Amino acid sequence: MNVKYIGLSEINGPLVALENVKGISYDEMAQIRLDDGTERLARVVEVEEDKAVLQVFEGTKGLSLVNTTTKFQGKPMELALSTEMLGRIFNGAGKPIDGLGDIFPEKYRDINGSPLNPVSRTYPRNYINTGISSIDALTTLIRGQKLPIFSGSGLSHNKLAVQIVRQAKIADENGQDFAIVFGAMGVKNDVADYFKRCFEETGVLQRVAMFLNLSNDPIIERILTPRCALTCAEYLAFEHDMHILVILTDMTSYAEALREFSSSKGEIPARKGYPGYLYSDLASIYERAGIVKGAKGSVTQIPILTMPNDDITHPVPDLTGYITEGQIVLDRNLDQTGVYPAVSVLPSLSRLMKDGIGEGYTREDHQMVSNQLFAAYAKVQDARSLASVIGEEELSDTDKAYMKFGILFEKYFINQGFDVNRSIEETLNLGWNLLSTLPKSELDRVDEEHLEHYYSAEKAKALFEENA
Amino acid sequence: MDKIYSVNGPVVKVAASKSFAMQEMVYVGNKRLIGEVIRVQSDFTTIQVYEGTTGLMPGEPVEGTGAPMSATLGPGIIDNIFDGIERPLKRLEELSGAFIADGANVSALDEEKKYDVTVTVKTGDMLKAGDIYCTCPETPLITHKCMLSPLSKGGEVVWRAEDGSYRVNDVVLKIKTARGETEELTLCQKWPIRTPRPCKSRLPITKPLITGQRIVDTILPIAKGGTAAIPGGFGTGKTMTQHQLAKWCDADIIVYIGCGERGNEMTQVLEEFSELIDPKTQRPLTDRTVLIANTSNMPVAAREASIYTGITLAEYYRDMGYHIAIMADSTSRWAEALREISGRLEEMPAEEGFPAYLPSRISEFYERAGYVEALNDKEGSVTIIGAVSPQGSDFSEPVTQNTKRFVRCFWALDKSLAYARHYPAINWNTSYSEYVEDLEDYYCENVSPDFMQVRQEISNILVEENTLMEIVKLMGTDVLPDDQKLLIETARIVRVGFLQQNAYHKDDTYVPLEKQYKMMKLILDFYKLAKNALSGGAAVDKIIGCGWIEKIIKVKYDIPNDKPEMFDDYENSMRADFAALAGGAKA
Repeated sequence: MNVKYIGLSEINGPLVALENVKGISYDEMAQIRLDDGTERLARVVEVEEDKAVLQVFEGTKGLSLVNTTTKFQGKPMELALSTEMLGRIFNGAGKPIDGLGDIFPEKYRDINGSPLNPVSRTYPRNYINTGISSIDALTTLIRGQKLPIFSGSGLSHNKLAVQIVRQAKIADENGQDFAIVFGAMGVKNDVADYFKRCFEETGVLQRVAMFLNLSNDPIIERILTPRCALTCAEYLAFEHDMHILVILTDMTSYAEALREFSSSKGEIPARKGYPGYLYSDLASIYERAGIVKGAKGSVTQIPILTMPNDDITHPVPDLTGYITEGQIVLDRNLDQTGVYPAVSVLPSLSRLMKDGIGEGYTREDHQMVSNQLFAAYAKVQDARSLASVIGEEELSDTDKAYMKFGILFEKYFINQGFDVNRSIEETLNLGWNLLSTLPKSELDRVDEEHLEHYYSAEKAKALFEENA
Repeated sequence: MDKIYSVNGPVVKVAASKSFAMQEMVYVGNKRLIGEVIRVQSDFTTIQVYEGTTGLMPGEPVEGTGAPMSATLGPGIIDNIFDGIERPLKRLEELSGAFIADGANVSALDEEKKYDVTVTVKTGDMLKAGDIYCTCPETPLITHKCMLSPLSKGGEVVWRAEDGSYRVNDVVLKIKTARGETEELTLCQKWPIRTPRPCKSRLPITKPLITGQRIVDTILPIAKGGTAAIPGGFGTGKTMTQHQLAKWCDADIIVYIGCGERGNEMTQVLEEFSELIDPKTQRPLTDRTVLIANTSNMPVAAREASIYTGITLAEYYRDMGYHIAIMADSTSRWAEALREISGRLEEMPAEEGFPAYLPSRISEFYERAGYVEALNDKEGSVTIIGAVSPQGSDFSEPVTQNTKRFVRCFWALDKSLAYARHYPAINWNTSYSEYVEDLEDYYCENVSPDFMQVRQEISNILVEENTLMEIVKLMGTDVLPDDQKLLIETARIVRVGFLQQNAYHKDDTYVPLEKQYKMMKLILDFYKLAKNALSGGAAVDKIIGCGWIEKIIKVKYDIPNDKPEMFDDYENSMRADFAALAGGAKA
C-alpha cells in the first residue's frame, strides 16, 4: 500500500489517531515521517471504520497535527532474522545500534509469535548444571524451563545471572551449539555495560545477541524488547538447533511500561493500576520457552524482576509466579550478612525439577536430599523465631541442633562465592554432611538405605570444627 | 453482508445490524475467525473473537451461523485434547505445525473414523428426549451411548441401520415425531455450551469420590456430584493436587481443563497420563480422560469459553450414566478473562476491576455439578474441583471469596506447609468439607462402623495441637506438662505420618480407604497406650523415645497397600513394647 496520509487528528501520550484512512488492519505497522526527515515506527492498536489509533515507538515528542506523513505497511511488526545476529547489539525494536550496519535477513517473523500447541511440546527433562549449590540441589534448572529470579533493588541478581551464564553447561554432550539472547528492558546503562563486560570476559560475547532498551529509551519500545529477543531465540533454537538461554531484565520495568501505555489508552485499570490483561501479556512472553517436538534446540528463560519494596505479593512477581515454572527468590537479610548468592531457599522452587533429577540425570538421592534440606531449613525458621522470644539457651536440644544447622547451611551451602563452581556430586555430598549435623531421627524425608550410606557423624564433626 | 466496524484486541464491533442474536456463533473476517456475539445494541453489535485478531480490517465480512456457541458431542471425545472451543489440537498440529495459526476450521470429532455401532432400538419403538438409541465402544474403558437430544420431541422409530461400522455423521436412525416430521439421527449432536443440559431430577449426595489421598478421603471428603475449590498461591501445589486427584479418583471419566495455565503442564498431563496404567482396568489413564487446553498465551476469549466447553462434555457423559470429575485449573484465569473482556467493553467494574456479574457466573458454573437422574433414568454425576489462584496469595480477593460461597468443600493450600515440603499442602485448620455428614453412612457401611468416630478423634488431636502451638510458639515445648507433650508428638505423627503423602512413592501415591482407616486406628492406639503408660508412671521422654513414633510415621511406606493384615502385627508388638515400658516404670 503506497498511500501516505498527511497529518494526524489527535495526539495523546504515545498514541496518535488518524481519521479518514482506508484499509487499515489491526496490529499492522506504520512509518511516521516528520518534516525534518526523521522516521518513527508505529503500530495500530485500535481501528474503527475510517479511524486508526497508533502507538508511536520512539515517543510523540515533536509531533504535531500537521508535520507528519504516515505510511502503513500492511503487515504486523516483523523482525529480520539471521544467524548473524549473534555477537550484535540491537535496540528494543530490533534495529542494530552497534554501528555495524543492518543484518542481512534470512527470514522475517512476526514478533508476537504464535502460541505453541501443547501437543507439539516436549516435556523438559534435561537438567542444566549451573554449578551453584542452592540452584542445582534445591531449585534445579531444566533445559526448556522458564525460571525467574525474584530480586529487589540493590541485590545481586545480575551477578547471579552472569554466574549462571558462565558456569551453566547449556551445550549438551553432542557439543550442540548454544547461544545467549539478552533482553534489557528499562535497565540502567551501567547494568547493560556490566553484562556486556562480563560476556566479554567469559568469552561468550560472539554467542550473544543483545536487545537493549535502557531506562531513558521510549517505553513503547520496551514493550517490544522481550518479543524481539524471544523471536530471535525461537528462530535460533527451532530453526538452527541451538540451545538458547534467554535473560530478560527487568520485567518490572516492562510491566510498568505496559501500565503507562495502558493508562494513556484510557483503559480500565485492575490491580495497582496495571491493566487487566497483565497476566495474559506476561504469559505471552514467558510461555515462549520450551522444546518443540522434533526440534533439537530449546529455549530456556531466566527473567529477572525486582520486587517493588521487596513485596512478593506485588502484581508483577505474583502473576509471574503463576506463569513461570518456579522462581528463585533473593533475600535482603541474607545479602546483608554477606551471603552470596543470597537465595532465599524456602520460597524458591523449580516445578520441573522432579522430572529432571534423580537416577539417570543427577543422582538417585537428589530428591530426598532436597526435600530433607527444605524441611530442615523450615524448622530452622521455627527454632529461630522461638529463640527470639525465649532466648537460645532455653531451646530444646533438637531446636539447638537446628539452630546450628541453619548457620552452617547458610555459611557453607547457600554461600559459595562468585567464582566457585560445584559439581552436582559435591553439592549433594555437602548437603548430606550438613544433614549429618542433625540427629538421625530428625531425617524423616530420606529412606533407610541412603541414610546408612551417606549419614556421617565424622563429616559433621569436621564441619563443626571448621566453623569453630 | 455485515461488515466489521472496529477492532480492539479480541473485541470486534459491527455497526447497525439486526441480523445477530445474543451468544450466536459467528465467523469474523476473511480468515473466518470464530467469535461469539456478546452484546446487541441498535447501533452496534459486539463480538468477542476466540482467536488472534491481528490483521483484521474494518470492512471485512462477519457471518452469522444462526446457532449459539455449541460443542459437538459424539464418540471421539475421550482420549482427545481440545482447545477452548473444542478444536482438536492434534488436528491443528497437522494443519499448521507446532505453532497454532488463526482461522483453522476443523471439526471437533474425527469424521473419518469408523465406530462399531450397535443399535439398541427396533422399528416401532417410541423414543423420548434423552433415550439411548445406539452404543459403540469409544475407548476400551468407555462405551459411548448415543442419546436423543434433550430438546428432541421424540417419536416412533421408522428406520434403523443395521449394526456395523459407521462414521460420526452417518445416519443410523430415523424417527417420526408426533407432528409427522422425520428426524434423522447420527452418532453426534450439538449442544450450546452455556446452557446446562437438563436432567430428570437431582438426587441426594451419598457417595464419596474416593481419591486415595488421605487428607481428602478421611478429613475433608468430597462427594460424587459435589463441588470443591483448591485455592493456593503459586508454588503451593494446586496443579500437583489436581493431577493426583485426576490420576487416582474413582470417577469413570476425567475432564481436565487447563485454563490459562502453563503449556508444559498440559504436555506433562498428556505424557504422564498415557504412561500411567490404571490399576483397576490395566489401561492407560488417557482412555478415560479428556483434556481441554487453553494455555496462558492462547487467546483470552477462548479461555472464558473453555470452562463451559469442559462442563458441557462432562454433562453429556453424565447423561450416559457415567461419573465424571472435572478438574478446572485454574478458575481464576477464567475470571480474569471475564475481567479482560469486560474491560474492553468498558463496563462498570465492581471489585478490583472484576465485572459485577462475577459471582453469578461462578455460581452458574458450580451449580452445573450434581448427582442426577438423567432423562433416560440412568444415574450419573458431575463433580467439579476448581483450582483458584488468589492474587497475592490473599484469600480475601473476589474470586476466592465468591467461589467459597458456592462450593461445599474448601481445600486451602498453605504456603508455609509448601515451604516445608509438606504435600499435599492442604491446611487442615482453614479447610472444610460440608460433605462429612452426607457421607457418614457410606463410610460406616463400607469401611468400618466407627470410621466417623475415629476420624473425629484424629481431627480433635489436630485441633488441640493447634491451640497448644500458640503457647509452643512463645515458650517452646519444654514448658508443657507431660500429657500435652505427648499430644504434640501424637499430632506430629498425624501430620507427618498420615496427612503428608508422597505422590512419588509407589504405595503412598494412592492409599485405599481400609489402609487409611487402619493407619488412623494405629495412631489412636498408640496415643491411648502412651497415655496409659504416662499415668502408670512411665517418663514421657521414654515413651517418645521408644521408637514407635518413627515406626508409625513410616507405616505408609512399610506396610504395602495389599497387606492390611500387617497392621495386626504392628498392633501386637506395640502393645508388648508398652507393656514392657509400663513394667519398667513400676520396677
